[in-house]
Amino acid sequence: MKPPRALVPVVIGLLILGGWEWFVRSGRVDDVLVPAPTQIGEWFWSALRDGSLASATWVTMRRLMIGFIIGAAIGIPVGALCARSSLARDTIGILSLGLQTLPSVCWVPVAIIAFGQNEAAVLFVVVMGTVWAVVIAVQESVLSVQPLYLRAAMTMGSRGWHLWTRVIFPAALPGIISGLKQGWAFAWRSLMAAEIFVVILSGFGLGSLLHAGRELLRMDQVVGVMLVVVGVGLLADLIFFSPIERWLRRSRGLER
Amino acid sequence: MPANPSSESHSQLTLSHVTKRFSGRAGLVTAVEDITLQVKEGEFLVLVGPSGCGKSTLLSLLAGLEQVDEGSIKLDGADVVEPGRDRLVMFQQDALFPWLDALENVLFGLRLKPGLTDAERTEAARYYLDLVGLADKEKAHPHELSGGMRQRVALARSLAPNPRVLLMDEPFSALDALTRDQLYGDIQKIFTQRKKTIVLVTHNIREAVCLGDRVVLLSPNPGRIRQVFNIDLPRPRRINDPALATLAADITTALSAHLAEPKEGLV
Ligand SMILES: Nc1ncnc2c1ncn2[C@@H]1O[C@H](COP(=O)(O)OP(=O)(O)OP(=O)(O)O)[C@@H](O)[C@H]1O
Ligand SMILES: [Mg+2]
Repeated sequence: MKPPRALVPVVIGLLILGGWEWFVRSGRVDDVLVPAPTQIGEWFWSALRDGSLASATWVTMRRLMIGFIIGAAIGIPVGALCARSSLARDTIGILSLGLQTLPSVCWVPVAIIAFGQNEAAVLFVVVMGTVWAVVIAVQESVLSVQPLYLRAAMTMGSRGWHLWTRVIFPAALPGIISGLKQGWAFAWRSLMAAEIFVVILSGFGLGSLLHAGRELLRMDQVVGVMLVVVGVGLLADLIFFSPIERWLRRSRGLER
Repeated sequence: MPANPSSESHSQLTLSHVTKRFSGRAGLVTAVEDITLQVKEGEFLVLVGPSGCGKSTLLSLLAGLEQVDEGSIKLDGADVVEPGRDRLVMFQQDALFPWLDALENVLFGLRLKPGLTDAERTEAARYYLDLVGLADKEKAHPHELSGGMRQRVALARSLAPNPRVLLMDEPFSALDALTRDQLYGDIQKIFTQRKKTIVLVTHNIREAVCLGDRVVLLSPNPGRIRQVFNIDLPRPRRINDPALATLAADITTALSAHLAEPKEGLV
């Protein structure tokens, strides 16, 4: 019988953790600088028990979700507009292309000056991280829809809203999904930056927890929060984007 | 030009002096030039001619997907300027939507047809899928079908909404001989029972003679009408009929004579 596929990474992961633990305990490094896995585990457990981890994760996820949804809700129609009108493409389209190359951390100072250290500022940063990537992805994928599909649909009487929702949008969906995924990744990075650098008075997220760890010189907390951040990113991919992409590929015969 | 004006008023699709050019990388290509042709209501017209003589272009123009550069195309006296549900096209490459299964592909056009209940639409879609022998494939997505099956779904999709004018671009080219012979029968049945107007493009002269009331032979560079053959054989016609084979041989001879002509001879 073949061992299950998950076995190999689990075994290798355990070996690395074991080696790390042994290395720290043998006293070759200062455990204030390099905490052992068990120390991180202890922090993790206590942060779970006093509820600080859960509430920080919730605050961060809520900001990310709301900002991402707003960004997508703006980006998708604007991208479609850019695909449809060359005037929009030459103005909004080019602007988006430029702003997309701007690292979204750069929006943090703007947001703080404009909104102050509050929820609106963080949301603004997340939206700015999402929206440009989504605009570009939607514009490009709508423009590369096969003309043959449009011609076929039009001879069957499809026009306007019907054509957009039943033909253009489904045909462009794979590109739109990868644009959303990219927007999500940008938003996630910029949110972390905002939370770490600025004290957002309206709620303490994972970034604040990380920042607090630094102030207290608590390496176990810093590394622990980093692991949670990695975990959230992986989870978003595993339970949201990957299944959609796999389903899209499979239903269109693009699976390799 | 028709001598008697009444034939003019009956003719449903009227092409007069139609010219269409494309600007490609190699300069201006005249795809079709000075095509004057009338397709009567309920007529089965077949276009034949060598590759590149503008057959697909002519269908796109009739469909309203492209605009003429010179001349005019009229349907019942009104200019054809955009696609409409009264003229369905079956494209040379099957244009099935990869995100829909076979049944949903056939339903696409039916859903845009007003005055039907959902049950009637589904019933019609199933009927045409069954007609092309794919009743058991209704849940299959295009990539799960063979090339011939995809073409049959595309055929079902163009027949299902029952349009007045059907424009078909080599609809049977990817099919095996048996399915094809069966579909020759079916399409003739649909044609005579439903009083459709059909313009069909093919490279197969026998197919042209089997299906067409008239066969229009086009010549390339630029695409022009070379000769029109009236086919007066009784329907339903069978592809193996000897009379049909004789006529097909005549047309083949004409076609190869045109192809052999030096280019100046065309002017
Ligand atoms: N969109 C286009 N842009 C440029 N040239 C075109 C375009 N469409 C057709 N042509 C040219 O017009 C001519 C006629 O093309 P068309 O597709 O109508 O030929 P056809 O008779 O259908 O050929 P086949 O039997 O191979 O399908 C060709 O020379 C082709 O290169
Ligand atoms: Mg063609």
